Amino acid sequence: MLRIDCPFCGKRDYDEFTYEGDASVVYPAIDNHDEEAWYRAVFLRKNPRGPHLEYWYHAQGCRMWLKVERDTLTHEIGKIEPAHDGYVKMVKASGAKKS
Amino acid sequence: MSRYSVFSILKNGLRGNQGWEKAWGTPQPKPSYDVIIIGGGGHGLATAYYLAKIHGITNVAVIEKGWLGGGNAGRNTTIVRSNYFQEGNTAFYEKSLQLWEGLSQELNYNVMFSQRGHLNLFFTPGQRDSQARQYNTMRLNGIDGQMLSRDEVQKFVPHLNYGSDARLEILGGFFQPRAGTARHDAVNWGYARAASKLGVDIIQNCEVTGFIEKAGEVIGVETSQGEILADKIGMAVAGHTSVLAEKAGLGDLPIESHKLQAFVSEPLKPLLDTVVVYGAGHGHFYISQSDKGGMVFGGNIDAYNSYAQKGNLPIYSDVASCAMNVMPSLGRVKLLRQWAGIMDMSMDGSPFICKTDRKGVYLNAGWCYGGFKATPASGWCFAHTIANDEPHEINRLLTLNRFKYGRHIDESGSGPVPNRH
Ligand SMILES: Cc1cc2nc3c(=O)[nH]c(=O)nc-3n(C[C@H](O)[C@H](O)[C@H](O)COP(=O)(O)OP(=O)(O)OC[C@H]3O[C@@H](n4cnc5c(N)ncnc54)[C@H](O)[C@@H]3O)c2cc1C
Ligand SMILES: [Zn+2]
Repeated sequence: MLRIDCPFCGKRDYDEFTYEGDASVVYPAIDNHDEEAWYRAVFLRKNPRGPHLEYWYHAQGCRMWLKVERDTLTHEIGKIEPAHDGYVKMVKASGAKKS
Repeated sequence: MSRYSVFSILKNGLRGNQGWEKAWGTPQPKPSYDVIIIGGGGHGLATAYYLAKIHGITNVAVIEKGWLGGGNAGRNTTIVRSNYFQEGNTAFYEKSLQLWEGLSQELNYNVMFSQRGHLNLFFTPGQRDSQARQYNTMRLNGIDGQMLSRDEVQKFVPHLNYGSDARLEILGGFFQPRAGTARHDAVNWGYARAASKLGVDIIQNCEVTGFIEKAGEVIGVETSQGEILADKIGMAVAGHTSVLAEKAGLGDLPIESHKLQAFVSEPLKPLLDTVVVYGAGHGHFYISQSDKGGMVFGGNIDAYNSYAQKGNLPIYSDVASCAMNVMPSLGRVKLLRQWAGIMDMSMDGSPFICKTDRKGVYLNAGWCYGGFKATPASGWCFAHTIANDEPHEINRLLTLNRFKYGRHIDESGSGPVPNRH
């Protein structure tokens, strides 16, 4: 069973989370009309066999989006951060208390 | 290689079964071929067979990193149907079903294709309407189908849960009589034997590790058994498509690799003589009974990118509860085995059989968890595309760049989210 160490809630079974895909994808700015850029961001994926940066949404917990490093071959989980920069700073400042 | 027949069984039986020849050869790779097919799953083997049989191209090698059928071809739950809705899929899957209907004779190998039908249950008026719409589309396309009432379903499969305590109340079913199951290993072995007989080299334990280029063109492959040159190279590696595409310089593809688990129970006496499935909003579940008696079933994918051929426990309980919803009689049946395969989930849930940006490199991928039924037509269309350097009418829409032009073939309507197809 995958277990994800949520920076807000602590270690939880992965079925408390929903998987939200590749977090390395950078979407174009909303006013960017370059179709090729949108095509690449919406439809194309690196799909690596190995380290992968991905979003997980803690739906059955704190309802925060997380950015998780996970190996797609071994399923080993590395660094976990809130998906939004502002929360990353907040967690760091608070000393990341976990239950 | 001699034909299999009643007489060959009698003859070999009387001689203590010592006289059977190997079903396919184990050749050393030649320095070059007209066509190399990478991947010895069902699709790769079928492609090689139709290249030789229909297009007369016999200087062909199928290169497989492990053993034949070690991938998804030998891991699937063997359901075959053609109840599709979208243009691009409808004619393709119907072609496949027609090829299935003659496959054992064609290959002189019993693929145990059993047209026991495929029953899609519905529980809500909304589901009934969407299945009626699918049924109407199928009728317009000349494909068989029937809408069954609750009573008809109950008569047909009496031991589903029709009680007042049923968690999901069965309103009826959408039935395709010509659908069914086949024996997956036999399909791989049958195509391998028939292709080998026509002169195709089947090379196992040989991994393609890179591509050889000359003046900007791909002219061959590097393998764990050395370099092999070819005029044309077809990729049919299912879950490993992205890995190989990167090596071939094809860039990122509209594919993610996900794993799907399957389960088989201890053997039971005959219990279920059709395929029962349900989906959409109430979990996802499909079940049939193998000829050995095991209940073969599965459900959703594990939902996160993975190249590990092993599953996670939550899907066990998810699939088990799906089973209990409709067939509580399975509650005390023991699970015998469980396994997982890596699938090439595409951005719209539909496949690719097409040319690529690189001359002489062809792609067969994006099968999601429905590629077993596609095996014959996939090989048939891929062989056509490789031999003629252009697609057949049937696979014309199954291109890689359809996303660029908004020509998605999204059966489930769930958008570019691979784990939701
Ligand atoms: C659990 C499960 C249940 C399924 N149930 C159904 C079902 O009921 N009905 C249905 O229609 N479909 C089903 N499918 C989907 C179906 O099995 C696949 O879509 C189909 O088998 C894919 O095509 P294939 O047979 O060619 O793939 P595979 O058998 O996976 O063939 C690909 C081959 O490529 C080889 N390969 C990879 N990389 C390299 C390399 N670098 N060099 C050489 N060889 C390489 C692999 O070893 C593998 O043998 C299911 C799949 C799974 C996993
Ligand atoms: Zn949390």
